[in-house]
Amino acid sequence: MILAEGGGSDNGSFWFPAPSSSNASQVDSLFNFILSLSAFFFVLIVGLMLIFVVRYRRRPGYVQAPASDHNNTLEILWSVIPGILTIFIFFRGFMGYLDMRTPPSETYEIKVNAKKWSWAFQYPNGYIDNDLHIPFNRPVKLTMTSEDVIHSLFIPAFRTKMDIVPGRYTSMWFDATRTGEFPLLCAEYCGTKHSEMLANVVVHPSGEFEKWLEQASNLLATLPPVEAGKILFTRRGCAQCHTIDGSARTGPSFKGTFGTKQSLTDGSSIEMDENYIRESILEPLKKVRAGYRPVMPSYKGQLKDPEIDAIIEFIKSLK
Amino acid sequence: MSVAYDEPEVGELLAPVPSENYLNCSHGFWSWAATVDHKRISIMYLVSVLSAFLLGGILALMIRMELWTPGRTIMDHDTYNHTFTLHGAVMTFLFIIPSIPAALGNFLLPVMIGAKDVAFPRMNLGSYYLWLGGALFLLAAIVLGGLDTGWTFYTPYSTTTNSSVITASMGVFILGFSSIFTGLNFIVTMHTMRPPWMTWFKLPLFLWAIYATSIIQVLATPVLGITLMLLIAERALGIGIFDPKLGGDPVLFQHFFWFYSHPAVYIMILPAMGVISELIAVFSRKPIFGYRFIAYSSLAIALLGFLVWGHHMFTSGQSRISAIVFSALTFTVSIPSAIKVFNWLATMYRGSILLVTPMCYALSFIFLFTIGGLTGLFLGALAVDVHLHDTYFVVAHFHYVMMGGTLVAFLGGLFYWWPKMTGRMYSETWGRIGCLGVFVAFNLTFFPQFIMGSRGMPRRYYNYPPQFQFYHQMSTVGSFLLGLSLCVVAGVLIHSLLRGRKAPANPWGAATLEWQTSSPPPLYNFDTDPVEVDPYDLESQVFDPLLGGYRLREFPARNHPDHDLASEPARV
Repeated sequence: MILAEGGGSDNGSFWFPAPSSSNASQVDSLFNFILSLSAFFFVLIVGLMLIFVVRYRRRPGYVQAPASDHNNTLEILWSVIPGILTIFIFFRGFMGYLDMRTPPSETYEIKVNAKKWSWAFQYPNGYIDNDLHIPFNRPVKLTMTSEDVIHSLFIPAFRTKMDIVPGRYTSMWFDATRTGEFPLLCAEYCGTKHSEMLANVVVHPSGEFEKWLEQASNLLATLPPVEAGKILFTRRGCAQCHTIDGSARTGPSFKGTFGTKQSLTDGSSIEMDENYIRESILEPLKKVRAGYRPVMPSYKGQLKDPEIDAIIEFIKSLK
Repeated sequence: MSVAYDEPEVGELLAPVPSENYLNCSHGFWSWAATVDHKRISIMYLVSVLSAFLLGGILALMIRMELWTPGRTIMDHDTYNHTFTLHGAVMTFLFIIPSIPAALGNFLLPVMIGAKDVAFPRMNLGSYYLWLGGALFLLAAIVLGGLDTGWTFYTPYSTTTNSSVITASMGVFILGFSSIFTGLNFIVTMHTMRPPWMTWFKLPLFLWAIYATSIIQVLATPVLGITLMLLIAERALGIGIFDPKLGGDPVLFQHFFWFYSHPAVYIMILPAMGVISELIAVFSRKPIFGYRFIAYSSLAIALLGFLVWGHHMFTSGQSRISAIVFSALTFTVSIPSAIKVFNWLATMYRGSILLVTPMCYALSFIFLFTIGGLTGLFLGALAVDVHLHDTYFVVAHFHYVMMGGTLVAFLGGLFYWWPKMTGRMYSETWGRIGCLGVFVAFNLTFFPQFIMGSRGMPRRYYNYPPQFQFYHQMSTVGSFLLGLSLCVVAGVLIHSLLRGRKAPANPWGAATLEWQTSSPPPLYNFDTDPVEVDPYDLESQVFDPLLGGYRLREFPARNHPDHDLASEPARV
C-alpha cells in the first residue's frame, strides 16, 4: 500500500490512474494478474493459429498428413486447466470484493444525495458541499440515496463504484492513501447532463480536514449574504441549469430578471420576487416559466432558510 | 498458380445449369411478399437486417463524430443521448439478434437437413412480418420524440423521461415474438424433419448452434416481453412496479431485463460460433476436431447462460451474496467458449488451410473473439468489475464479442454461403481486402476503448475530460475506416450480384447437404434426394475441373488411393 501525502498529481500507469485508496492496489494487482494470464492465452491461441496457417496452408506439392479428429485427454485437459485458473480468478475477485464492501467498524460518515445532475455531500455537522472533502488515511463511509433516477458514484483513483438507487440507501467506503484532488463521476446513465454530473474528491492532509470543515460550515457567518449566495449557487448545483449571463440552459438565466414579470406555462404571469424564488426552490414544479420543461428537482429539506435567503440576495444582485 | 474455377468458361459450359431455381421460379411483388419459401424469406430478412445495420452504423458514426472533441462537436446533449440509445436498440434488436438465425439459419436449416422447407412455413413468414412491424414501431419512436433511455430501458429513468418509451417498448415486444416464432419453428423442424439417417450427432455444428439458440429464444424472450409490458403499465397507468415513487423497486427491473438480455448475448454469439465451426473445418479440409465437445458446449452455454444475468448488476445494490454467486457462475460459462476456441485450433492443426475470404473472416473471428472472451474475465472478477463496470472497458468488451465476434462471423458466413444463396461468385481479392480492412479498423476503433475504460472513462458520456481525447480520436478515426471497409465489403457483394460468375454447386468442397444441390437451389431445395454423407467427411468431396467445383466421390472416400491433394486448387 502506498501512502503519499502530497502526491495527488501522479499520472498513474498505462492502464490506471495512480492508486489512491487502500483497496486500489488489490484491484490493480488482480487486474494485472488477469492481464498477464490473458496475454499468455492470447499469444498462445493467435500464435498457434498463425503458425498453423503458415505451415499447413494449401499450396502446390503440400501433402496433408493424417490427424485425429478427437482426443479426449487433450479436450478434458483444456477444459480443466482454464477451469482451475478461473476458480482462482473468482476467488481473488471475491476476496477483494469483500474487502471493498465491508467497512471497518470506525468510519467517518458522509451522506450523499444524488439528483439530476448534481451531487450533495452532507457532513456530520449538517453542512452540505457539492465536492467530496475527506481526511487522508481515515476510513470514510458514504451512505447514499437518490432523489430521482439511478446514479452511480465512481472514483477511478479509488477503484470503486456504487449505484445510488432512489427509495433505498446504498453505501460504500474507502480509505484515501494519497492527498490531492481526484475526479468523481456519475457512472449510471441519468439523462441530459449525465456526463457533467461531476465532482471533485479533495483529500486533505492529516489535521487539515477538520479546519476546512469548520471554515466551510460557517459560510453564512463569515461572508456577506450576496457572496455566500454566490458560492451556494455554484456549490449546490443551481449553476448546472441556470446561468447568470443571460443565456438560457435547462432553466432560465437569472441575469436582470429579479422584479420582472414572467409568463408561466399555464399562461398566467408572475412577478419574480422573493416569494416566487423561494417557492421555486422548494416546490419547483408548481409554477414553471413558459418555454422550460418541468424538470427541476426540489431542494426542500436540503437548503436551510438562511441559505435560501442568501441565494435570493445573490439573484437580486444580478443586474 | 491458377487453376480450375479461375477459368469460368469451363465450368459454365459443362456444369448442369438447372433451368429453374427459387429466385427465378416466380416473379412480381407478391411472389416475394406472400412467399412461404424459407429461402425467399431468408433473403427478405437479409435485406432487412442489413438495412437495419446500415442505420445502426450511421448512428454509430454520428456518435463517434460527436466524441471527436469534448463538449459539443456536431450535436447537443439530448441528441447524443437519443443517438446512442437508438444505435444500441437498432443494432441489438433489429440486427444482431435476427442476423445469423433469421437470415442465414432460415436459408440453411432446411437445406442442411435435406428438407423442403421449415416445419411451419407460414409461421416463418409471420415471423418476418412481426420483425417488420417491430421495426416500424422502433422507427416510429425515433420520429415521435425519440428514445433516450439507453437500450436497457433502466427504471425509473424510463418511467419518467418524456421520450417515446411506450412506442419503442411495443416495438421490442413485437420483435420478441418474431424471435420466438423463429426459434419455435427451428426446434420443431430439427426434431421432425431430419432424414432417418441423420442422427443428432450427424448434424452440422451450425445446426447445433442454431438449436441451442432457438431454445434460448423460446425460453428467455417471453420474460423480456413481460418486463416491457410491466414498464408500459407503469408508464401509462401508473401501476407501481419499478418506480420507488409508486412503491416499486428499480433493481427488480434490472433483474427482469437481464434475465432475458444476458441469455440474449448467447442468442447473438452461439450462431456465430456455429458458423465458425463450419468455416474452420471446410477450409482446413479436415473433420472438425472434437465434434461432441463443440456440440455439447453449445448446449452448455445455452443453459449456463440463463444463470449469470446478475453479473450485469455487481454495483447495482443487489445483495453481496447474489453478486458472489453470480460471479462464480459467470466463470463457468467461460469454459465452454474456451473449449470451442481450442477445438478450432486443433482442427487447423495438420489441415490444408485455404485462405479464401470466408476463412479470413473465421481467423479474424478467432483473434477478436479471444480478446472479447478474455476481457470478460476482468469483468467477471468482482473486485475488478467494481472499477470497470459502466466504463468504456465494458463498451470495448461487448463490441469485441458482438461486432468482432457476431458481425465478423456473419460476414464470414455470408461470403461462405453467398454462392449458394445467389448463385454467384465474388472477387476473392476484394473480398479479402474488405476483410483485412474490417479487421484492422475494428481494432483501431475498439482497442483504445479498453485503455480509456480502465483509466476511468464512463460510458454514455457526451462530454469527457480532455485527457481522454487522444483515445477518442483514435477510436473515431478507426470507426470511419471501419465504415469505409464495410462499404468495400458491400461493393464486393453488389458487384458479385451484377457481374459475378456463376457459382458451381459446391465451390468449397464442403460435405454438408446444402452443397449437394445446385447454386442457387431449386424451389424445393433438391431435385433428387441428397446422398447420406457425414457433414465433416470432407474427403467425400472431390474437385472436378469440369464443374469448376467439387462433387461427391463415387467410392467411399477415406484413404482412397486416387486421392491426390495436388489436383485440388491451391488457391482461388
